[in-house]
Amino acid sequence: MFHDVVVIGGGGAGLRAAIAVAETNPRLSVAIVSKVYPMRSHTVSAEGGAAGVAAEDDSLDEHAYDTVSGSDWLCDQDAVEAFVHEAPRELLRLEHWGCPWSRQPDGRIAVRAFGGMKKKRTWFAADRTGFHLLHTLFQTALSYTDIVRYDEWYVTKILVDDGRAYGVVAIELATGRIETITASTVIVCTGGCGRVYPFTTNANIKTGDGMALAYRAGAPLKDMEFVQYHPTGLPFTGILITEAARAEGGWLLNKDGYRYLQDYDLGTASPTPVMRSMELGPRDRLSQAFVHEMEKGRTIDTPYGPIVHLDLRHLGAKLIDAKLPFVRELCSKYQNIDPVSELVPVRPVVHYMMGGVHTDIHGATPVQGLYAAGETACVSINGANRLGSNSLPECLVFGNRAGRAAAVFAGRYGDANVPRAILAQGRDEQRRLEQDLGRHANGRERIADIRTEMQTTMENGTGIYRDRDSMEKAADKLRELQERFAKAAIDDHSQTFNTELVALLELSFMLDVAESIVACALRREESRGAHQRTDFPDRDDDRYLAHSLIQRGSDGTGRVRYLPVTITRWPPGERVYGR
Amino acid sequence: MADRITLEVARFRPELDTEPVLQSYEVPLREHWAVLDGLSYIKDHLDGTLSFRWSCRMGICGSCGMTVNGDPQLTCATFLTDYAPGPIRIEPLRNFPVVRDLIVDIDDFMAKLPTVKPWLIRDVHSPIEEGEYLQTPDELDEYKQYSMCINCMLCYSACPVYALEPTFIGPAAIALAQRYNLDSRDEGASERAEVLASPEGIWSCTFVGECSAACPKGVDPAGAIQRYKLTAATKSIKDLLMPRSAR
Repeated sequence: MFHDVVVIGGGGAGLRAAIAVAETNPRLSVAIVSKVYPMRSHTVSAEGGAAGVAAEDDSLDEHAYDTVSGSDWLCDQDAVEAFVHEAPRELLRLEHWGCPWSRQPDGRIAVRAFGGMKKKRTWFAADRTGFHLLHTLFQTALSYTDIVRYDEWYVTKILVDDGRAYGVVAIELATGRIETITASTVIVCTGGCGRVYPFTTNANIKTGDGMALAYRAGAPLKDMEFVQYHPTGLPFTGILITEAARAEGGWLLNKDGYRYLQDYDLGTASPTPVMRSMELGPRDRLSQAFVHEMEKGRTIDTPYGPIVHLDLRHLGAKLIDAKLPFVRELCSKYQNIDPVSELVPVRPVVHYMMGGVHTDIHGATPVQGLYAAGETACVSINGANRLGSNSLPECLVFGNRAGRAAAVFAGRYGDANVPRAILAQGRDEQRRLEQDLGRHANGRERIADIRTEMQTTMENGTGIYRDRDSMEKAADKLRELQERFAKAAIDDHSQTFNTELVALLELSFMLDVAESIVACALRREESRGAHQRTDFPDRDDDRYLAHSLIQRGSDGTGRVRYLPVTITRWPPGERVYGR
Repeated sequence: MADRITLEVARFRPELDTEPVLQSYEVPLREHWAVLDGLSYIKDHLDGTLSFRWSCRMGICGSCGMTVNGDPQLTCATFLTDYAPGPIRIEPLRNFPVVRDLIVDIDDFMAKLPTVKPWLIRDVHSPIEEGEYLQTPDELDEYKQYSMCINCMLCYSACPVYALEPTFIGPAAIALAQRYNLDSRDEGASERAEVLASPEGIWSCTFVGECSAACPKGVDPAGAIQRYKLTAATKSIKDLLMPRSAR
């Protein structure tokens, strides 16, 4: 099996990349290999919206500045400039493909406010934006009959020879068949890794597969210490209550009914929303404020941990049903409350990975022929903290860029005759997988036990606040878990849809990703954005206005180095919200 | 409330079984636990060989549809306490070939979906530079309901016609065709007509309405089908759209 371009993952970035390949060069064969049917991808869960300058009082420079300051100056400004420039065009393209964007009365696109954004520029499809965006992309992709899909195939390895990627090895889940799929280029679009943590908005499938695959293939991971906690997840389930709830006017209240954000340099409590202020501050600052409230004893204890309240009652049923119908549905179904008349219990929840596979502005990794886009990748436009509604357009802009770049590379250097070493690697991987099944058949550790311990370790070691001591303990524990992983048990010996084997391979990927997060977090001795160290509470631009890059050594351990950020027009300054 | 509940789960391992068998497991009965949480408890703590699909656990990805006490349900949005004291019988979705345990083969739907051309068709696509196609909120409301389909397959599982005539295109695919037909930006209705008006299309439907009752997202595929029948019967193109007689 050979394709000019193999895309791993069929979510927002992967589908956009595949369409870009098909449009750039219709002679190329492009395949999407995904462990789930594309419409099951986690893009489906995104709620609030997608940012792109549209209003007349707005400008690209303002979107760029909000993104740069939101990132605590850790993004690359050339990438941000390209991003804000191309985002409106990508969102319009989705409109032309049929995305049911919410509208103004005159039929033009409507935009809403969002956290950390100074102007209204977030396009939305009620509060199911990711769902509509994904299904629009998936259904549009169906019209490109040349896009081949490997639905429910699980990629276990990216094949690399002499610094160049030549394809993947994947398991067809329905049959257990293991195949080498060779390619001229590979684009990794597998999304994030929230499942490394115990309490996350992320779907079950978000196990960092692509990050680990690329890392093992020799590509560095970038800025892995920056893990975004979204301030408003439902307790127990971790289901996301969109930031749009606050953009439409929702308040965060502590146990005394007090809008506590005003105590954390986020502005004053005005009854109507103010841009870049209070509940419309950035996610990192809001989640940190929650921790301080908790330490002051002003949160509310529940069986599922401390919570605060999101108050939407003053918005009224009409607005909630028009703009936030999914919030009402989720609260009713999973929390047994009606936000029209009741307070919504929420707490910070792991939501998004700012870090990821190191790419340039075209989605290219340092491994020739290997590209990445979307949450899996780190270009970086998000730096130390992503702004809400920047991730969906990121999938589109950089999915498109990676697709086009891969198409050009494949058109120029592509060759179905891959090196013999690649085919040998494929056979080795097949043997390894078969042996794994046999070896783990005699294991004694439960997969779920190791996974749970890893998740607890990450929350305790690299949560919203970290310090050297907590992270060193986490690093030691992860080493222990890597050893115990070798003894993990597989009871399922079936070739047919062996989900236990998948869980084992996912755990292996997650352990690598978890170690890279802790290693990068330990090295960065400053506090910036989502990386807050109690032992180094200040930002240190002299030493750390730089991306961390972790690369896997031949002994399997990661080594961290730094790469300066690119600054074009916005020199580092203070992040100011609410004043 | 008792603190445990029994799940009777259909098992089918093609290498071992000739037909599905029920296996009972006891799981904690807790407030807020979905049926899916019960299955995950089994997988993590009791029996790692149990196979089922799931992902978002918030009712939007469409992965975890199963038959719960006889009804098609998203197991992430169906709760253990609603079935207390139990037992709860959990089987794969009906009307599909079973691959393994609770996993069914939906290739048939995946093959049918593109035949109704569920994408925006225009005679001429305007350049992006000219901006958005205008669409008022009222025009959006015309098709909005049909755009909410998550492809979870509960409607196919509930559909008595699909059970008897597997060639039927089925509720979700027709609803999605209507989603585009009714979109003010779309000009592809005539391209979709041949498939929709074929014997495998809308005329197969006997309007039992089980699909709309089963839909977890309020899509109302039965309404979409009825509406299309009306369109087909009243439009001047009805000769094209009426069912062909048996050949």
